[in-house]
Amino acid sequence: MATVVFPDHLLGCTNGQRQVELLVDNYRELLLALEKQWPGIGEALAKSAVAIDGQIYQDAFLEPVNADSEIFFMARIEGG
Amino acid sequence: MAEAVDYQVLGTRPVRPDGVDKVTGRAQFGADQNLPNMLHGKILRSPHAHARIKRVDLSKALAMDGVCAAVTGADFPTVASGVSIGEAGGDVMDIAHNVMARDKALYHGHAVAAVAATSLEIAEQALDAIDVEYEVLPPVLDVLQAMAPAAPLLDENCFTKNLPEKPDKPSNVASVMALSRGDVEAGFEQADLVVEGEYRIPMAHQGYIEPHACTATVNEEGKATVWCCTQGQFDFRTAIAKILDWKVGDMKVVPSEIGGGFGGKTVVYLEPVAVLLSQRAGRPVKMVMSREEVFRATGPTSGTVCRVKVGAKQNGRITAAKAWLAYESGAFPGAPVGPGAMSIFAPYDLENFLVEGHEVRVNKPKVAAYRAPGAPQSMHAMEVALDDLARQLNMDPLDLRMVNAADEGTQAPYGPKFPAIGFKACIEAAKKHPNYTAPLLEGAGRGVAAGFWFNVGMQSSAEVRLNEDGTVIVMEGNPDIGGSRASMSLMAAETLGVPYEQVKTYVGDTESTGFCNLTGGSRTTFATGMAVVRACEDIIAQCRSRAAATWGVDEEQVEWRDGQAVPAPGVNADVNPLSLADLAAGAPRTGGPILGRASLNAQGAGASFSVNFTDLKVDQETGAVEVLSFTAVQDAGKAIHPAYVEGQMQGGAAQGLGWALNEEYIYDADGVMENAGFLDYRVPVASDLPMIDTEIVEVRNPSHPYGVRGVGETPIVAPLAATANAVRDAIGIRINDLPLSPPRILAALGGE
Amino acid sequence: MSKIHVQTTINGEQVDFLCPPQQSLLEALRETLGMLGTKEGCGTGDCGACSIILNGRLVCSCLMLAAEAQGQEMTTIEGIADADGLHVLQEKFLEHAALQCGICTPGFIVAAKALLDRDPNPDERTIRYWLAGNLCRCTGYDKIVRAVQDAAQQLAYEA
Ligand code: FES
Ligand code: FES
Repeated sequence: MATVVFPDHLLGCTNGQRQVELLVDNYRELLLALEKQWPGIGEALAKSAVAIDGQIYQDAFLEPVNADSEIFFMARIEGG
Repeated sequence: MAEAVDYQVLGTRPVRPDGVDKVTGRAQFGADQNLPNMLHGKILRSPHAHARIKRVDLSKALAMDGVCAAVTGADFPTVASGVSIGEAGGDVMDIAHNVMARDKALYHGHAVAAVAATSLEIAEQALDAIDVEYEVLPPVLDVLQAMAPAAPLLDENCFTKNLPEKPDKPSNVASVMALSRGDVEAGFEQADLVVEGEYRIPMAHQGYIEPHACTATVNEEGKATVWCCTQGQFDFRTAIAKILDWKVGDMKVVPSEIGGGFGGKTVVYLEPVAVLLSQRAGRPVKMVMSREEVFRATGPTSGTVCRVKVGAKQNGRITAAKAWLAYESGAFPGAPVGPGAMSIFAPYDLENFLVEGHEVRVNKPKVAAYRAPGAPQSMHAMEVALDDLARQLNMDPLDLRMVNAADEGTQAPYGPKFPAIGFKACIEAAKKHPNYTAPLLEGAGRGVAAGFWFNVGMQSSAEVRLNEDGTVIVMEGNPDIGGSRASMSLMAAETLGVPYEQVKTYVGDTESTGFCNLTGGSRTTFATGMAVVRACEDIIAQCRSRAAATWGVDEEQVEWRDGQAVPAPGVNADVNPLSLADLAAGAPRTGGPILGRASLNAQGAGASFSVNFTDLKVDQETGAVEVLSFTAVQDAGKAIHPAYVEGQMQGGAAQGLGWALNEEYIYDADGVMENAGFLDYRVPVASDLPMIDTEIVEVRNPSHPYGVRGVGETPIVAPLAATANAVRDAIGIRINDLPLSPPRILAALGGE
Repeated sequence: MSKIHVQTTINGEQVDFLCPPQQSLLEALRETLGMLGTKEGCGTGDCGACSIILNGRLVCSCLMLAAEAQGQEMTTIEGIADADGLHVLQEKFLEHAALQCGICTPGFIVAAKALLDRDPNPDERTIRYWLAGNLCRCTGYDKIVRAVQDAAQQLAYEA
């Protein structure tokens, strides 16, 4: 099961749950599964970046998620 | 850590393609675009820091001879909140209301109306003829004051975001955020030693030498062309179109050469106004800001209050760290507190930490990105606290950082595990550096600090065209602020296997090249570079197939080597290699022009770490600081054009030194900036600085074909604390706040 | 408001133009004469982007009235290179990557030329103090100073 971790400012969307384990094949499925569990979270996640196994994606879409993947949502990073 | 790979041209230092035009005055910058029949536009700005706009009367101005158009906020379409414009500065409604105030002026200098006239003089006289009735409101100027429950409100509709419970009262705190791991209080209990402090840094400006400028023309068909100095023509096009409720396809944005940006030219100010004025007047309109307008109404970066507490064992190992950050966002939300919070502890491997961030609205200009937005302020606090810790532990400050340094596999405070990173390599390089092993001059002080920036990738496109004679054109869409055309040419030449001189890189407008996000976040060499490499690979694939067709062999039987198609080893073909020139000459017969393309959304921009140290002297009589030496060590992944990598490091160091020693927005009680000019907002000049020594560390970024990491942001991060720590070392007194200007140092010296 | 007729010499050529009494020389160069190589960074004499050489003296053209150019001789960035090619300073700026964005470059090259014209062998300190009226926000000055040092050496060698 892939491990999904939420930062503090998203805990409002997950009723305070910081971590969840899910079995999905890719990022799109992951979003669908999370939205099913916590309706409305998708909007907040769309404004976030995500790190899948250490690689940071500003706009993830169909990136593969493995059974042992670690997924972290984080604020988007802009720059000067 | 040296690169094992041997490159032909990468790592050399050729002259940039746009160089000759820039040393002869030929290059066209923002204010250099003139059109026949052109009008001059000017903006009327609020004389109050906080005021309700009761009435704006343009009639007298419009009646003047030579005045062709005038607009106020009411002439702009209503823009709904909720849409954010790419990287260009946040919510579209806020940007629209920053471009032209609607019912409220939120800072001194906020645009209230604009005119276009046949001459600049008439435009300026027309501004005086505009009659505005204000109801003056008390301004909120200080971040802590703005957070107080009784503070006057900038916006009655602003409710703090991300609170666990939806707030029922509006607030100047636009949003809060937090990051945590482990058990901080338990961590502090394990500590042998705890240091803490509160650190304040006022607003500072990017200080690009070229003021914002644009020229817009709208034709009878309703199509607009805008020439402007911008860090991103595509993001500007989106912003202008959204603010004016236009179709993106009806708008063309042509980027001029850009006279510095550092994040400050990621946001539109004049452009939507110029388009609207041109539409009203039926003539082209040029608008150029004065330096005073640049200071009062553009940029700056957040003023901040940061509180940090760090606990450690005797051996230096940090057991817990805690930070509380409050960042001014200016008149509208958009402070970089998120990256500030995510970067503050990024260089270190921490089990227990908590960072709380607050983004606070005040009656000052809306902040814009400034190099590594948010990181210099928060990391200044942490790096100063670590310096105090090292002193109390009697440890070399570099050793203290090494004991706690993040490395490959360390879980970053913002979540993911780091891939290969160069922080430890930077610490080692600094420790061995002759400037570090050299003894300190008598009376001088030395300070050390670390820096970090995430770097970003994002969307880029590139097109590579083979000319009839075998020369190559690279077309891309990222304004060249610091020599990026040269880097693109180098990567293209390396990939194609041809000399640098055979390739020329151009920056296209929104209609001549594919979409690119803006130049910023240290993404250009990384992401657009990746697109250029892929487009060259596309060319190579086509060249191989053309060669195969020419020789009557299979494509797999053709290899690309040293800029030529050659038969693969073992292929029995009695043919001469085909160069790009040969293939270009043969192109009409083998399928037509050869054109390579790539577009991508680049992921995996590797973080860039740095270590800086500086030696300086403090004049006990005047409080003036003399910087004796400054050394910047930074991981570039792979330096494509080392001279421009050094240039980024040196320029960032100079900006950081200015921020640490002199630069600050000074406000009077009414919210009027008192030093809106280069005379009083003192950026470093040549005689303020020594040579800035650089050492480039190269720890390959596995996500880029040549191992590149962005380098432009990180250099400004470490100088703040390095300077503060050196001043502490020199005078024996810790000053928590910046800038360390002569009056502040004198006060500290006198106060002892 | 009647305009003033000004006759002056720019980069060796006789030039005539009309200007309002209050117009700055910088504005006349850029707007009236279309010589856009001289830049405006502040308009108040604080950045040096508008540097020109007037009768051998380095001045900020934004601080001078256009009418004051009457009968004077000036060199602008457009007059630094000649038909034979770039001036050594320009070559050295390119070689040393002494420009990033390039907006300050015309001013620095003009200012450095004025320096080398009067002091062909300046030390680092002299260069830094001479160029202290020119702001560069991109480079940290390191490569600019080196380019000027190198140009001075090259000129001495050629002389
Ligand atoms: S424009 Fe003349 S000194 Fe700045
Ligand atoms: S190169 Fe940009 S200001 Fe000097």
